[in-house]
Amino acid sequence: MNVIYFIFQQTMLFTIPLMIVALGGMFSERSGIVNIALEGIMIMGAFTGILFLNLTGGSMSGQLQLFIAIAIAMVTGTVFSLTHAYAAINMKADQTISGTALNMFAPAFAIFVARVIQGVQQIQFANTFRIESVPVLGRIPFLGPLLFQNTYITTYLGILILILSAVVLYKTRFGLRLRACGEHPHAADAAGINVYRMQYAGVAVSGALAGLGGLVFVVPTSTNFNADVAGYGFLAIAVLIFGQWKPWKIFGASLFFGLMKTIAAAYSGIPFLASLGIPSYLYKMVPYIATMVVLMFTSKNSQAPRASGVPYDKGQR
Amino acid sequence: MKTKKNKDYAGVLSSVFAILIGLVVGLVVLILCNPSQALPGFLTILTGALTHGMRGVGQVFYYATPIILTGLSVGFAFKTGVFNIGTPGQFIMGAFGAVYAGIMWEQLGPVHWAAALLVSILMGALWGLVPGILKAYFNVNVVISCIMMNYIGMYLVNWIVRSYKPLFNTLRNESKNVAATAVIPKMGLDKVFPGSSVNGGILIAIAVVLFIYVLLNKTAFGYELKAVGYNGDAGKYAGINEKRNVVAAMMIAGAIAGLAGGLLYLAGTGKHIEIKDVLASEGFTGISVALLGLSHPIGVLFAGLFIAYLTAGGFYLQLFEFSTEIIDIIVAVIIYFSAFALIVKSFLGKIREHKAGGEGGSKA
Repeated sequence: MNVIYFIFQQTMLFTIPLMIVALGGMFSERSGIVNIALEGIMIMGAFTGILFLNLTGGSMSGQLQLFIAIAIAMVTGTVFSLTHAYAAINMKADQTISGTALNMFAPAFAIFVARVIQGVQQIQFANTFRIESVPVLGRIPFLGPLLFQNTYITTYLGILILILSAVVLYKTRFGLRLRACGEHPHAADAAGINVYRMQYAGVAVSGALAGLGGLVFVVPTSTNFNADVAGYGFLAIAVLIFGQWKPWKIFGASLFFGLMKTIAAAYSGIPFLASLGIPSYLYKMVPYIATMVVLMFTSKNSQAPRASGVPYDKGQR
Repeated sequence: MKTKKNKDYAGVLSSVFAILIGLVVGLVVLILCNPSQALPGFLTILTGALTHGMRGVGQVFYYATPIILTGLSVGFAFKTGVFNIGTPGQFIMGAFGAVYAGIMWEQLGPVHWAAALLVSILMGALWGLVPGILKAYFNVNVVISCIMMNYIGMYLVNWIVRSYKPLFNTLRNESKNVAATAVIPKMGLDKVFPGSSVNGGILIAIAVVLFIYVLLNKTAFGYELKAVGYNGDAGKYAGINEKRNVVAAMMIAGAIAGLAGGLLYLAGTGKHIEIKDVLASEGFTGISVALLGLSHPIGVLFAGLFIAYLTAGGFYLQLFEFSTEIIDIIVAVIIYFSAFALIVKSFLGKIREHKAGGEGGSKA
């Protein structure tokens, strides 16, 4: 039984950041802007968030400190993503190019600034955020240890973001307009929607979520930040496509990835898998191979937003 | 013909404009963190590569060799309408192929290095082929399958190198030295650039650049590839086999990136495949090189040299207690602003219109 709890708790640590970032990418792509800069935005969000944890480490701790760090990471991500929005929307730039530029800028900037501030590029922080057991809920049999023990507040935040994303995208006027801009911006424009403003909103949301995702990824899995989020931004793009640009499918896709990652990282602690004697590298490769195989069977009818990646030009027919 | 010339001109001009902005931003960042050292530091970036004369120039060519080719790989794929973000995987597979052949096939003697490079080309081509086939026959998004192939390649190479005794140096946790016969000959470059790491690899890279230039611009096959890249539907309507084209384009792009890995790891400069879970940075730099070079083979060649030149200068920055990441910041800003090409073009267009209008007015 303990093994199941352990696997589930670990899976969440991998799943939640991946899902948050992929949901961010969803808002951007649904508005018609491809955001390949998720990796870079994650790094920036994690950087400022962790820097805050580092600087206030002596005077603060616990959930309040984490919440302020989360807010800082989200604001950083939003601001940084606006440079992508400006290039893609106002300058009608190639979205791949500006996204690549952001991806390149972020780690260099994080290392450079960290060196200027503290001499070394790794930023240490004290992890005081793990919740041993949520009061009351943690004592429920089975579900308690599964969902409410040995966890982080960010896990619940992630679930909240998932539900909010689904509601916003499908049940609100904003969501309908956002989707219209990604499918057929000229029609949306003709219906009186300000396409540019919606696209700015989509990219800004993706920036906030990617910045948050960066912090959420680093906090439970490490005690220092080295200007790196292990390619999770790129994986999130894969999850986004795997999840067909739909919130619940994105959740499913990231759960799949998270489980595979957990197995790869912790298979030696799982008696059944350890006894099989399969080399660890195979487990590491499985999530990527499996994704490609699944995509082979599901890609014939791709549900990509139709206008995604095409700069919107009012004057064009 | 004339409009094409103007277009190229505007493209080059927008790159120059982007480079200037990038350098200015770099200077500003240096001033912000240490005003007294900023100017000498900045001059070091611009001229540091030349500090040691011809040796320095040789180093620039050495650094440029792999990134010219990964850049060419990305740029070539761009021209055919696919975004090859799989260069890190293709690069490391190529490197692995070269190292494997370089260690195992010593009996080949004088053609050893050439055979090893051939293996690197084949491995890279294989790694490009998979996303190509998945795109053509299963409509799998190339970007995502390339990202997957990057990780699969990285883990696969680490796995094989680690578990296959003849390849693995247990003490240093990296691949063993390749045989002396597998090291690429200097081809006379050691006389021109004494003391530097440059070797025949740069000549091979330039030859490949020219080959791709001819392929894209002077052959029917290249024309078909580009036609599909500009407009897939129009290409299909013109009777071009779109599926075959995607597969071929990705295979060639992969082969080029694979060769980049081979050239770097057979350079005889003590480069080994290290066992760590990090994607090859040369692959991602290739994206920058391709974007800066406007995906044109000749442009890519110069962009690769330019970035290598800045990188070489950046090494001397530590004298001023600046970290070398400033180079990446500058290059990122350059790429960001090179995306604004459209604005520069329309600006030039306006000037031209204005001129034309003025002349018309004086005649009347």
